Amino acid sequence: MILKIEQDLSRFKEIVRGRIKKDLQKFITKTELIGKKGKDLVSIPIPQIEIPRFIFGDNQKNGVGQGEGEAGEGVGQEGGAGAKAGDAEGQHMMEVELSFEELAQILGETLELPKIQPKGENELSTERPKYTGIGMAGPESLRHFKRTYRQALRRQIASGTYDPKNPIIIPVREDRRYRMWKQQPKQECKAVIIYMMDVSGSMGNEQKEIVRLEAFWIDTWLRSQYSSIEMRYIIHDAVAREVDRETFFHTRESGGTIISSAYKMCVQMIHEKYNPADWNIYPFHFSDGDNWSANDTEECLTLLKNEILPASNVFCYGQVESEYGSGQFLKDLNEKLKDDEQLITSRIPNKDAIPSSIKDFLGKGK
Amino acid sequence: MANLTPELAALQEEIEGYAREYGLDFFETIFEVLDWKQINEVAAYGGFPNRYRHWRFGMEYEHLSKSYEYGLSKIYEMVINNDPCYAYLLHSNHFVDQKLVMAHVYGHCDFFKNNYFFSHTNRKMMDEMANHKTRVQRYIDRYGIERVEDFLDACISIDTLIDYHAPAITRNRPREILVNEHGDEIVPTVQKLPTSQPYMDKYVNPPEFIAAEQEKLRQEMVHGHKHPQNPERDVMGFLLEYAPLEGWERDILDIVREEAYYFAPQAQTKIMNEGWASYWHSKIMTTRALRDNELIDYADHHSGTMAMGPQKLNPYKIGIELFRDIEDRWNKGRFGKEYTECTNMVEKAKWDRELGLGRKKIYEVRKLYNDVMFIDEYLTPEFCKEQKLFVYSYNLTNEQYEVADRAFAKIKQQLLQQLTNFGHPVISVVDANFSNRGELLLEHQFEGVEIQMDRAREVLRQVYRIWKRPVNIQTVLSGTSKILSFDGTEHKEFRP
Repeated sequence: MILKIEQDLSRFKEIVRGRIKKDLQKFITKTELIGKKGKDLVSIPIPQIEIPRFIFGDNQKNGVGQGEGEAGEGVGQEGGAGAKAGDAEGQHMMEVELSFEELAQILGETLELPKIQPKGENELSTERPKYTGIGMAGPESLRHFKRTYRQALRRQIASGTYDPKNPIIIPVREDRRYRMWKQQPKQECKAVIIYMMDVSGSMGNEQKEIVRLEAFWIDTWLRSQYSSIEMRYIIHDAVAREVDRETFFHTRESGGTIISSAYKMCVQMIHEKYNPADWNIYPFHFSDGDNWSANDTEECLTLLKNEILPASNVFCYGQVESEYGSGQFLKDLNEKLKDDEQLITSRIPNKDAIPSSIKDFLGKGK
Repeated sequence: MANLTPELAALQEEIEGYAREYGLDFFETIFEVLDWKQINEVAAYGGFPNRYRHWRFGMEYEHLSKSYEYGLSKIYEMVINNDPCYAYLLHSNHFVDQKLVMAHVYGHCDFFKNNYFFSHTNRKMMDEMANHKTRVQRYIDRYGIERVEDFLDACISIDTLIDYHAPAITRNRPREILVNEHGDEIVPTVQKLPTSQPYMDKYVNPPEFIAAEQEKLRQEMVHGHKHPQNPERDVMGFLLEYAPLEGWERDILDIVREEAYYFAPQAQTKIMNEGWASYWHSKIMTTRALRDNELIDYADHHSGTMAMGPQKLNPYKIGIELFRDIEDRWNKGRFGKEYTECTNMVEKAKWDRELGLGRKKIYEVRKLYNDVMFIDEYLTPEFCKEQKLFVYSYNLTNEQYEVADRAFAKIKQQLLQQLTNFGHPVISVVDANFSNRGELLLEHQFEGVEIQMDRAREVLRQVYRIWKRPVNIQTVLSGTSKILSFDGTEHKEFRP
């Protein structure tokens, strides 16, 4: 049945989206969101979505409560958390909760990103447990506390062993209630993103910031397209090593640059775990384009051509501009591998170029 | 319309019987069973299945559905002040919950019908709301959603600026008369328009014109050029009458105002209404309707509804306890001069004149009082102590909310302050020709708490859409009198 409210709901969402879209550029270049990664929801501040009314200001922070406690004792943190007032003229922000999925959708709509066609028919079906009811038997770890006690109370009252003056309730074996679950099938498509980043001396903080932001938004989009996604991080200067996410975004090495070291490691990863027949593979490489030697560039090209490109959905190379880099690597790639459809390159001169770069990478829908 | 299962229909008959037995008096009550999506929809619309289109209902719906999905809140029931009274039950409620809810609903229905503050509300509001929907839809079709929505936003922005006592009082002041030292009425002389020929005079200066001019001059002598003559609390009504609006705009403002007046008594009697309904569900359930095997579920549900937190004032709890307290006091005769002046605490503690007036008294209270009067008259020091009430405040040094005081006077003052004008600032129109430029001047009646600046500026922007000339509000900021102004392009702030 379609509810009448749907009309108002979609209008509300339209307004919210309109506001977010208008400011999307700003959001994309904001770093705070990244910290919230991992939770399902992000709150996004948007101006003016509630209806303004004359209200009292902040200096009204009193109220009446109930309970124990002497004067001066704290009463806990619940309540009292009103909307934060904005500081700018005529601007008050309201936080709208948005799931990453919705955020990705808005990103997709704004940048006109096509839906990704997962490669191959190799959909894996897994089973996930879902709690659906209450039962009389089960492991202790799934005991339903409240139901158990309620059952015990019921029994004690019925059998006359409950004393209101001394209300102790002791559940016995038969009172125990447990959560029950059912296995529910879930279709899955597997995908892996392999991030590679140049952390040589020439990559400054600003360059890393750009990489960080771009990686976050790419991640958000790909997550919305695949139900489960793995991420691997490789950093390299003259040698490559695999790191965790935290290190990936924060390390600053200062060696030379041998790009092939990262590509070798990437190839090794693919061989070890990600069979291209089952997996959608997305290697991303960010660098300032300043390789150590022409020989090494040659080796990189060979690795790409023979190993990485055939295995990947797309291989994305993003070149950040830095004061020191020559930017030669991008030119080499475009020249030597220009016929290869799997290769996408993009130049990211500054933060504002991030949206267009994301479009370069993901605009093909692979 | 009712879609009750046979079990629920039988249950309704049973509960209704108990309610009548206790002397509750209500309109015919129609129950409908809704699933959680439908009940959230109806709740988002403020209880009505048909409301005009507006995004804020969608926002409310989103909020309600989210909190339901995350298990944070659940609406068990809704009742509409209408004749017949409509009440909605949540489909997934347990049978004992439905029982409780029905008993609760009859309490509300009785309150709607009999409480004085509801006596002016439209009892056919269900139909009226549906009409509003049709009218707004017609304007949307003709002028487009953007324009209508914008104007609705502006009207809703000031829907707290109504005169809550207006339905009960006639505000038209009698004609004031100026007299000279002999006690005769002063009749101002009207400057006639010049005519070249005397016979033209009665055409150029007809008697009606002279009379109208005379009245205008008289008004000016009495009040100066002031308009309105007295501060007007019904800002919406004033704008409706005097703002330069197009027909459809006037109609929309009228719709929003009418609905604001309809909902006002519910906000005015929140504690009493919920308290009364809770009193009756408790009474009916525990003395009549409850079966042995339902006891624990009932107790669980009831205590959940009555729970109070350290920072949450639960109107259900305060209301039910106050009604019980009143009943007890009037049963035992613990009121009046003799009782209050009794200084023997032992005697006072076991005071019982066995008057048995309690039930009669609470029926009287439910008929004549609203929350402010209720708290003002029946909140007692004994009650505050027994219920462990306290005033809390924010401690800046410790950055936390703290118990500030348990003194009766403070608690009462705080409660009354929260309830007066529903915790909204009191704002009236004081001048419709401010600076002699047709600007609108509002005034905030300052009582120690400042209004929030950023919101106030936004509201001015909205009022400008209605008044279509610069709008101002006089208030007090950091101890000095200030006027905030919006002239259609920018905000200004100056001293009056």
